[in-house]
Amino acid sequence: MIATLASPLDAILALLGVWLVIGVAGLVRPMNLRIAGRSLFPLGALCGLAIAAIAAASLGLPVERIQLPIGLPDLPMHLRLDALSAVFLVLLGAAGAGISMFGAGYFRSGQGTPPGLLCFQYHVFLASMGVVLLADDAYGFMVAWETMALSSYFLVIAQHRLAEIRRAGFLYLMMAHVGALAILLCFGVLQGGSWLFTFDAMRAAHVSPLWAGAAFLLALVGFGAKGGLVPMHAWLPEAHPAAPSPVSALMSGVMLKMAVYGMIRVAFDLEGGLAWWWGLVPIGLGLFSAIYGIVFAAVQTDMKRLLAFSSIENVGILFTGLGLAMVFRGAAMPTLAALALLAVLYHALNHAFMKSLLFLGTGSVLHSTGERNLGRLGGLIHRMPWVAWLTLVGALAIAGLPPLNGFVSEWLLLQAFLYAHALPYPFVNMLLPLCVGVVALVAALAGYVMVKFFGVVFLGQPRERSLADAHDAGILERVGLAWLAFGCVALGLAPAPVVAALSHVGVQLGVGALPHNGAPWWMLVPFDTGQATYAPSIFAGALLAGILLATAMVRVFHHRRARRAPPWSCGFGALTGRMQDTAEGFGQPIRHLFTPFFAMRRSLPSPFDAAPRYQVDIGDRFWNALYAPLGPFIDRLAGGFAALQRGRISVYLLYALATLCVLLALVL
Amino acid sequence: MAATPFVLQLLNALAALLLLLSFAMLAQRRVVTLVNLFAMQGALLCAATLLLAWRTGEGNLYVSAALTFAVKVVALPRLLHRLIRRLGVYWDTEPLLNIPGTMLIGVLIVVFSFGLAQPISALASTATRSAVGIAVAVILLAFLTMITRRKAMSQVVGFLSMENGLFFGAMSATYGMPMIVELGVALDVLVAMLVLGVFFFQIREQFDSLDLEKLEERGGER
Repeated sequence: MIATLASPLDAILALLGVWLVIGVAGLVRPMNLRIAGRSLFPLGALCGLAIAAIAAASLGLPVERIQLPIGLPDLPMHLRLDALSAVFLVLLGAAGAGISMFGAGYFRSGQGTPPGLLCFQYHVFLASMGVVLLADDAYGFMVAWETMALSSYFLVIAQHRLAEIRRAGFLYLMMAHVGALAILLCFGVLQGGSWLFTFDAMRAAHVSPLWAGAAFLLALVGFGAKGGLVPMHAWLPEAHPAAPSPVSALMSGVMLKMAVYGMIRVAFDLEGGLAWWWGLVPIGLGLFSAIYGIVFAAVQTDMKRLLAFSSIENVGILFTGLGLAMVFRGAAMPTLAALALLAVLYHALNHAFMKSLLFLGTGSVLHSTGERNLGRLGGLIHRMPWVAWLTLVGALAIAGLPPLNGFVSEWLLLQAFLYAHALPYPFVNMLLPLCVGVVALVAALAGYVMVKFFGVVFLGQPRERSLADAHDAGILERVGLAWLAFGCVALGLAPAPVVAALSHVGVQLGVGALPHNGAPWWMLVPFDTGQATYAPSIFAGALLAGILLATAMVRVFHHRRARRAPPWSCGFGALTGRMQDTAEGFGQPIRHLFTPFFAMRRSLPSPFDAAPRYQVDIGDRFWNALYAPLGPFIDRLAGGFAALQRGRISVYLLYALATLCVLLALVL
Repeated sequence: MAATPFVLQLLNALAALLLLLSFAMLAQRRVVTLVNLFAMQGALLCAATLLLAWRTGEGNLYVSAALTFAVKVVALPRLLHRLIRRLGVYWDTEPLLNIPGTMLIGVLIVVFSFGLAQPISALASTATRSAVGIAVAVILLAFLTMITRRKAMSQVVGFLSMENGLFFGAMSATYGMPMIVELGVALDVLVAMLVLGVFFFQIREQFDSLDLEKLEERGGER
């Protein structure tokens, strides 16, 4: 209805305004949970759905612009809706809707930020991300970007009475600002001497190759810091566990994608004259982040930290695909460039759904058990069947198993990599196909991590007595989880329409388009039917049929009844919760294989110890090598300046005299 | 080279005296004498302004001479003397740098300011342009006085003397600043003096001394 009355951009803008109004409405009665939580959050979810629907409908339409009369005196706020913005708006609205729905049931009153204030911060966060996607000048972009960083910072420190949470929040804020600074500088370079900071001016600007490279590196640092690209990833595993679960979901599922959006915007839209080999930088960093993230995820014992590291992995994959698309574009291979870009967009969309789903699942577990530590969970599938089964969908999806959505995007990316041998550059065309191995390794490890995550939390026997009191999630939370799980399944089962919708982006950015090949809607065919094809619905049907057949055969031919036994006892029978494989034990082989990645401190008990204790601390080498020395360095620097501040009036006067003399001597 | 007119020679002599007085202030440790020296500097300044006014025939300069006399020869020294009596600060403690050392640095500063003033003198069209160097030297020497003193009182006198140098500089380079500016500055100096006087009492009440070291010990966290 709205879409017919006004143009899509106006409608989306109005809906972003509605988000703000909802946020402000939360402030009216900040302590009232019923108003803030139970009614405003579902409203926000509806608003998100509407945004997603309108943005999806606008995908085929031409670019639309609007100027708002707010902003700096000479620089009104330019907004622009194109296919790229629309795709990410769909992501924001759709994933945000599920998270809001869950949040409606999740936030409770208690310590920390009151619910009304949380509602305000949360909706400002959502709206600012919307503005980031629509902004068409550097000023508006930066304002929205910083609003996003600040509002999410306040959400992260919702439990601000705990010192470690304040510390995590500070780390996040710092990294966000360092990144924002790099992005600002990047825009400063991109304007190319025109001193006009609209994106149109940047598209038209002529930047020398050297400066274009500098701008690209700045963008990579800035957006990489927001996205969690190694080595700018340090804030992610700290901030995600600190934040309330819906906030972690929103940050990991949606906000990290803003970094990907920014990177695509800069690399494919604003910057014209970039040499093809710059694409190798994000490929290298991305692949390294992917391996690094997933290996660290494998050895975590805190479920939210585990997911945070998994996010680093996925951001790495996204940046890899982005770099690959740049290389193909530079080599004038539009079809393959379009394919790689498509894979990135598809994966961004997928990750938004599955990672949000997983984070929300951990939120439910956290609420009902009060535990984040994998070593104290287990067997929850009996107590919380809804959460467990829905989380299973997310876990399978993120592990990249067909017929769910994670498989589709990774498959597309692998296809793009496999065609890299056609590149006209020596060595690169030999090395890039080898990266398939890395991507495959990452995918396999992701599967391993998810087996660990799901198995330790939900399967087996409870490791603590108190887990018997665990209860399933409430109805609002279930709705949120179910929506996200539905997204995972739908994106997995119907890839062809999604791909058709996403390919508008490549066409509009001038990257390229996939050939039309007349494939039916249930089949994914990147090039033509003679080459690789994927038909998920047939696969799902076969899978379902196989399962049903097997169940039926067991029932009919074997014993006709279900036999219940203690889980994981392997026929032993007298198994207790403490005898099961632990999270540490599950991660041990990975820890052993990838020893050089970790800064590990381990204390082993002696064989004669009557009360043996085993402790292992896994540190981040990047933290020790890159971040930890920064503090003392700045301290020393500040100490040097403190020597200037003697607190003596004569010394200050002396400075004044010296300055005066120097200035006089300079002027004359 | 044409012989310099007698009036100008007199003016130059006055400027030289001004510089000499600056050195005297730099070397003086008695606060009372310091104030007297400051008053003398004011008187010299007043005389120089009168001479210049007579030579150029500018009415403004007469007013400014009267102002200088009223503020710098009469009002400020009286105020300062009263403060000294009421506060009982007659001597500055040992200066931070010994007096010969200070004088040596002062000489260097004078050389620096003359070097500095050369291009200005070349640009200026006034008869007294050669005095610009002296004016800059007076400013910088007053600054040095402030740096080397410990008592707040002496620093205030140094500050006032700096203003003298500024005034002299303006006068010799452009025959004085616009009247309104001069009036404003004179008022500012008076008000500053009053405010500082109040501060002195506050400082003494707080720290039982006007010695700045006591203040510095309490300086904020570093």
